[in-house]
Amino acid sequence: MAYLMIFITAIFVNNIVLSQFLGICPFLGVSKKISTAAGMGFAVMFVMTLSTIVTFLIYYTFLQPYNLTFMITVTFILVIAALVQMVEIIIKKVSPALYQALGIFLPLITTNCAVLGIAILTIQKNYTLLAGVCYALASAMGFTLAIVIFAGIRERLAYTKIPVALQGTPIALITAGLLSMAFMGFAGISN
Amino acid sequence: MNKTSYENLTRGIIKENPTFVMLLGMCPTLGVTTSAFNGLGMGLATLFVLILSNSAISLIKNFIPPMVRIPSYIVVIAAFVTVIDLLMSAYLPGLHAALGIFIPLIVVNCIILGRAEAFASKNNLWQSILDGIGMGIGFTIGLTSLGIVREILGNGSVFNYPLVGEDATPMLLFIMPPGAFLALAGLIVLFNKLRRA
Amino acid sequence: MNYKTFLKMLITLTTIAVLSAFVLSSVYNLTKEPIKKAQEQKQLEAISEVVTNFDNDPFAEKMIITTPDKKDKLEFYPARKDGNINSFAIKTYSNNGFGGRIDLIVGFYIDGAVKSFKLLKHGETPGLGSKADEPKFKNQFDGFNPNRHKFKVKQDGGEIDGITAATITSRAVIDAIQRAVDAYNNFNAGK
Repeated sequence: MAYLMIFITAIFVNNIVLSQFLGICPFLGVSKKISTAAGMGFAVMFVMTLSTIVTFLIYYTFLQPYNLTFMITVTFILVIAALVQMVEIIIKKVSPALYQALGIFLPLITTNCAVLGIAILTIQKNYTLLAGVCYALASAMGFTLAIVIFAGIRERLAYTKIPVALQGTPIALITAGLLSMAFMGFAGISN
Repeated sequence: MNKTSYENLTRGIIKENPTFVMLLGMCPTLGVTTSAFNGLGMGLATLFVLILSNSAISLIKNFIPPMVRIPSYIVVIAAFVTVIDLLMSAYLPGLHAALGIFIPLIVVNCIILGRAEAFASKNNLWQSILDGIGMGIGFTIGLTSLGIVREILGNGSVFNYPLVGEDATPMLLFIMPPGAFLALAGLIVLFNKLRRA
Repeated sequence: MNYKTFLKMLITLTTIAVLSAFVLSSVYNLTKEPIKKAQEQKQLEAISEVVTNFDNDPFAEKMIITTPDKKDKLEFYPARKDGNINSFAIKTYSNNGFGGRIDLIVGFYIDGAVKSFKLLKHGETPGLGSKADEPKFKNQFDGFNPNRHKFKVKQDGGEIDGITAATITSRAVIDAIQRAVDAYNNFNAGK
C-alpha cells in the first residue's frame, strides 16, 4: 500500500515536471514529436532507476559511515555522469537497435537535473532501497507521461495559427502551464 | 574598459539573457520564484558559482586533456556548489530552506557548464570573470523579475512588503506551479517586444 | 589511446578530485558549528514562540517521549522560569497534510492546554494551507484543552474553526497536536 502511494503521488500529485520543476530542459527541448518524447521518457526511466540504486548504495556504504555526507553533490553527479557514459557504451555493444532508439538521448541525460534531483531526494526523504527504486521509477514515469502528453499537444499546435508574439517558447510555456493546472486536480488525492 | 570586455560583460544581460533568450536553467527559474526574495537569492547563488567556476576553469584550462574536460569541469563546479551550499546553510538558513533541492542542482544548471565549455575554456581569466558576472546578472535579473511578478500577482506583496489590504484575495494561481509557466510566458513576450522596439 | 595520454588523464582527474575534496572538507569544518547553531537557533526561536517566558536551556533538558502505541518518538522541551516548569513544547508531525508531511512544534501550559504552535516544515499550498501558521487560525488554540473539549474541526463535529478552503490542513494540524497530547499523557501516566 505504501509503495502504491509512492507511485500515485510521484506520477500524478507531485509530478516531477509539472509541480516539482525538475527536468524542464528536456521537457521543453525534446517535446516537438511524440516519438522522440517517448524515447526520451524511456531513457530517463532507465537511467533514473539505475542511478538511484547506485547512488543509494554509494551513499550508505561510503559517504554516511565515513561522515562524508557533504560530498553528496560531487559524488552523485560524477557517478551519474560515469553511469550514463557506461550505459551508452554497453547498449552500443549489446543492442544496436536499442542504441538507435535511446542513444541520442543518453548524453543529454547527464545534465537532466531530474536524475540528480531524484537521487538526492531519495536520500533526503530517508527512503529504503526498495522505496527509493519505486520513487525513482514512478518519478520517471511521471516525467514520461508529462512529456508525451505535452508532445501530443505540441504536434497539434504546429497546425494552429498562433499570434506572432506568442509563437515559439511563450505558447509552449502557456501549454505547459495549462497542463500543470490540469495535474493540480490530482492534489490531495492521497487523503 | 575596452570594447571586448564591455561586450563580454553585457552579452549575458540582454543579447543572450539566459532566462528570456537562451532559456537555460529553467528548473530553478520556475521552481524557486514564488517570491522576489527567493528569485534574487537563487540568482545570486548562481552568480557566485558562475564567477568562481569560470575563473577556476579559465586558470586550469591548459592543463586538462581534452578527453576528460567535461568530468573535470563537473567536479570543479560541484565543489563550488557545495561550498555555496554549506555557506548558505550556515549563514542564511532561511533562504537555504526555501531554495531546498535547487541549491545542489545548480551543478546541473546548463548555464554553468555551458559557459565553462563555451567561454571559460577558451578565454583568459579576466574575460571569463566578466562573462560570469554578465551571465550571472542576466540570470539574477530574470529570476528576480519573475519572482516579483509572481509575488505581486499571487501574494499581493513585493519583497514581503504588502501592496494590498488584508481582505484582498490575490491570484493564488501565480505562486502555484502553473503560474510559474504562465508568468514566464508573459515575461518572455514582454522581453521580446522591448528588445525589438 | 596510448599509455601516456591515459596517465595524463588519470593524473589530471585525480589532482582535481583531491584538490576539491580538500577544499570541501576545510569549508565543511569551518561551517560545521555555524550550521548546527543556525539549526538550533531556528528550533529555539520556534520553541520560544510557543511557550511562556523561560530562563533555562530547553535543549539541555530535551527528553524523548513516546506515543501509547510506541510508534512515534517525539522531542519534549520543558520551559522553566526560576526552576519551575511553567510550560513545555513538543515537536510533532502529521502525515495527513495536503502536501504530505507537516512538522510542527506545539507549546502547552502545564495543565495540558495548548498555548500555541508553529509550523516548522510543510508542503501546504501557499496562501491556502499555509494560513495554518497565521494568527487567525492559531489564536483559537490558545487555552484550548484537547483533553476536555472536542478536538476536531467543526465539520467533523468538533470545536475548532477550520481554515477556509483548507480543511485537510486544519485536520492535519489537529492530528499532529493530538499526537503530542497522546504522547504527553502517556508520559505522565508512566511517571
